[in-house]
Amino acid sequence: MSTLHIHVEGIGLWSRQIANFDALQRVLGGETPAAPAMRPDAAALSPNERRRAPESVLVAIEAASQAVAMSGRAVEHLACVFASAYGDQATTDYMCRVLAGRPTELSPTRFHNSVHNASAGYWTIATGCHAPSSAACAGSASFGSALLEAAALACADRRPVMLVCSDTAGTGPLGELIGCTIAFGCALVIAPAAHTDITLHLTTRAASWPDHPVLPDDCATWMRSNPSAACLPLLALLARGHGECVLAISEQSGLHVHKEPVA
Amino acid sequence: MRVTTLPLAVSASTTTSALGLGLDAHLDALHRQRSGLRTNDFSSAPLACWIGRVAGLETYPLPAAYAQWDCRNNRLAWMGLNQDDFLAKVRAARQRYGATRLALLLGTSTASIGATEEGYRRLDGERLPDDLHCTAIHTPHSLTAFVAKALDIGGPCLTISTACSSSAKVFASAERLIRLGLVDAAVVGGVDSLCDSTLFGFNALELVSPEPCRPFDAHRRGISIGEAAGFALLERIDAHTDTPLRLLGCGESSDAHHMSTPDPDGIGAELALRDALDRAQLDISDVDYVNLHGTASHKNDAMEAALIARLFAAHTRVSSTKGLTGHTLGAAGILEATMTLLALREGFVPGNAGVHHADPACSAHFAWHNEARALKVALSHSFGFGGSNACLVFARVVADNAP
Repeated sequence: MSTLHIHVEGIGLWSRQIANFDALQRVLGGETPAAPAMRPDAAALSPNERRRAPESVLVAIEAASQAVAMSGRAVEHLACVFASAYGDQATTDYMCRVLAGRPTELSPTRFHNSVHNASAGYWTIATGCHAPSSAACAGSASFGSALLEAAALACADRRPVMLVCSDTAGTGPLGELIGCTIAFGCALVIAPAAHTDITLHLTTRAASWPDHPVLPDDCATWMRSNPSAACLPLLALLARGHGECVLAISEQSGLHVHKEPVA
Repeated sequence: MRVTTLPLAVSASTTTSALGLGLDAHLDALHRQRSGLRTNDFSSAPLACWIGRVAGLETYPLPAAYAQWDCRNNRLAWMGLNQDDFLAKVRAARQRYGATRLALLLGTSTASIGATEEGYRRLDGERLPDDLHCTAIHTPHSLTAFVAKALDIGGPCLTISTACSSSAKVFASAERLIRLGLVDAAVVGGVDSLCDSTLFGFNALELVSPEPCRPFDAHRRGISIGEAAGFALLERIDAHTDTPLRLLGCGESSDAHHMSTPDPDGIGAELALRDALDRAQLDISDVDYVNLHGTASHKNDAMEAALIARLFAAHTRVSSTKGLTGHTLGAAGILEATMTLLALREGFVPGNAGVHHADPACSAHFAWHNEARALKVALSHSFGFGGSNACLVFARVVADNAP
């Protein structure tokens, strides 16, 4: 078997251009929504944590909070998978600069913020969640791979799972090399589907991969500017209510997503 | 609804650390309780501590075909893959199942960050120097991307990076993919190598010991950082009925307590432990041996000693092997899983190395010296920053018997 069936219960989204899924739907409908605040609310964090947390964590937690609110799920039992292609590049830039000159002056807080599971740690602490949490990456295939990881967890253990995929803009020499120039985060709460709703089918990469319908220019720009925006074909499918797309999960494999229109 | 783990055959494994290259070197070091720790001669600036350094990586470049991934962490991965016939065993699995029916799940905490650090030490203005101006090594997926290419694995390829539980959690991810029939087999493992980020980072948190680490010693002074690579091949038992070593259960949980210190009550650790045993359909009294996380930090060892005293039957033996290897961070899960499998295979309990005066909080479960003892069920604990906990259950079964 190479097929999983899931249902999407909640969707969250944050970038400076689109503050939530409603804003994305307006963009998909041809509108230009007003730009939101420069910093995400990330209201799930206490004020003290919000001050200590880097932007990467705020973006992830804002998207997560939106998706959980839409799903209505109890957060303390919700397993979660946090993905990011590059982790916190600004923190990596800071660490490498300090290590190159004054290594013994490294900030302990910024060191523990540098772990790839920082967002998962802040989230589970803020929400009192003892459920399994993970942090993952797979380069440009990070969103597709993490969706497979989350869907496998949901279907294998028959439990709802939150997936978050986010990246922030790089800075310094590392930022110049990587070329991730905007912050973008998305989140889904998924659950195993009792009946066919969304079908995820593992497939090998081939010329016959179905292309996703053309997205607005803004979406194409975001996809070039941030690897986590690879979620947009799937989010557009969810906004439409039906369709198909293929998400890369490795150099040779993809995840074919198919959603039947609701009768 | 109770969910059980699909028992899997561990049909191949290997590890490389400061103790040496491959399983035989590790078995020899465990039997002789030979430590691989030495005074720090690695960091780019002086730091008075001890490290578990793998010898020879500086003169072990990757083959030319993989040149874009050349860095210390991927060299350690390549050195590890070349032990114990692991490459040949994966090749056989790939031929049996097909490249796209094999998954690759690797854990690492810092991947090839050492190459990024080097680039910042040799900046060309505000740009990484030409020889390091290459995206392949400045990403946390660098390890898995390299190993996927080296092993020609075409199925799902994912890096798990949850600090010190990373390469334990990969077993759980692999088991789910195999149980669901998405793949037929998986290569799991992890690699973490010495770098300034972790040496000076843990130093900033005042967690680095100035002497060789002494897990569960009354006067322990913190961790010694090490490096390691390890890999295992997981397959369905029906494809490998003659393999005596099995993965029976994987447990995962979150502490929900603090970013860099464990919950002193061990609530998250106990949840992961009970999750693993429930999935394996075992009782806690079935456990013969636990390879502890045992880092030699004050707080981890206090939490874990209390957990053992509170939960385990009198006959269960426990020890940490980090006194020999150092704390290999994102590679600790696979290194210690591999040593747990060696203990099961060879029928002995490794002694808890490095202790001068045992912490009085340690119960009679602790094996301070090696003990010859037939083992059937053994656990490996891995707990990480951000409160990420994992517990693995392994077993040795007589051929053709279901566990």
